[in-house]
Amino acid sequence: MASDTKAGGGLYKQTLLAGLWRENPVFRLLLGMCPTLAVTAAVKPALTMGLSVIFVLLCSNIVVSAMRNFLKPHLRILMFTLTIATFVTIADLFLKAFQPEMSETLGPYVPLIIVNCIIICRAEACASKNGLVVSVIDALGMGVGFTLTLCVLAGIRELLSTGKIFEVPVMPDAFVPWAAMSMPVGAFITLGLLLGLVNVVSKRKS
Amino acid sequence: MDTLNILIMGFISIVIVNNLVFTKFLGICPYLGVSGRIDMAFGMGMAVTFVVTLSGTLTWMIDHWVLMELGLEVTRYVCFILVIAGAVQLVEMYVRKFFPALYESFGIFLPLITTNCAILGLCLFINLWEIDNLLEAVVLSFGAGVGFTMAICIMAGIRENLNLADVPDCLKGAPITLITAGILALAFMGFAGMIR
Repeated sequence: MASDTKAGGGLYKQTLLAGLWRENPVFRLLLGMCPTLAVTAAVKPALTMGLSVIFVLLCSNIVVSAMRNFLKPHLRILMFTLTIATFVTIADLFLKAFQPEMSETLGPYVPLIIVNCIIICRAEACASKNGLVVSVIDALGMGVGFTLTLCVLAGIRELLSTGKIFEVPVMPDAFVPWAAMSMPVGAFITLGLLLGLVNVVSKRKS
Repeated sequence: MDTLNILIMGFISIVIVNNLVFTKFLGICPYLGVSGRIDMAFGMGMAVTFVVTLSGTLTWMIDHWVLMELGLEVTRYVCFILVIAGAVQLVEMYVRKFFPALYESFGIFLPLITTNCAILGLCLFINLWEIDNLLEAVVLSFGAGVGFTMAICIMAGIRENLNLADVPDCLKGAPITLITAGILALAFMGFAGMIR
């Protein structure tokens, strides 16, 4: 990514910050839309999803970066996918064992991390070209950016659909929950409006 | 007669009531990316239908006849993604050999079907719903493809008209597409509860 601009500490900081705003995977690159829409009915599953993605992204970036010199170009994508599938299996088994309720709620969306474009995009665009340290920092930046985005979206939806955040009531009693926000409609429209908001903010900044 | 009934109900259910795009949020990336023109959208839908039918059937067979027999469920995800990648490769080779013109017009989107979550998602849902009948798995896979084609074609039709509409600057592109998808999802919610 920013590897050709500066070296040293500045580069690391830049890589880390890129994932949070400038190249935020959901708002800017429109990657990983399926889990973004599917698991954000409440904050708790969104957070679990975000953490699982950080784990898989970190592990796969480390492995891909370590084996980048041995990869044959035409087998590259296959190797990425197999690496990612292995770590996703680990994450899925971990959730099933220690967070059975959460695993039930997330359902097939945990194995679907395999085809989450963010991970394969980072493997291709960053880890297969850069050293271990840059790859790890990039994974952390992108992963945290993704998780924060999920939490913002889930926060809005949970607040409006139940009047609670993290299952703690915060709205006054007179608030009438908007049932539609917990349904697919709410997901699509909230994300659409958020993307519009991000466009406005970034236009004003530049 | 009973089996036929289940099959027809399953087909309608996956095409309309449990449409993968509108209720399960699967396949959103190509849905946003390729829905600009209706002919491209239809081609993409056809390719996805073919791959999803093939891989849904194959993964069901592998899952039930190999993995469950040998107790290798742990490797399920790795096997599924390998089957899908193989099926996409097969389709790519076939289309390139017999329909070169179609191959040109698909371009990058054909290999990208591998990472279309609708396909892996459907294989996982078939596993989750505990479908224990090969015929039902085939019908559901085919129905999922038809449902995806329908959703992406509706969207492409709307977007072609949206080009002429006066959309606020900040909402142009992906945001307005998502909002439109939301309204479509609302319309499809009307079918909920019709079957199952």
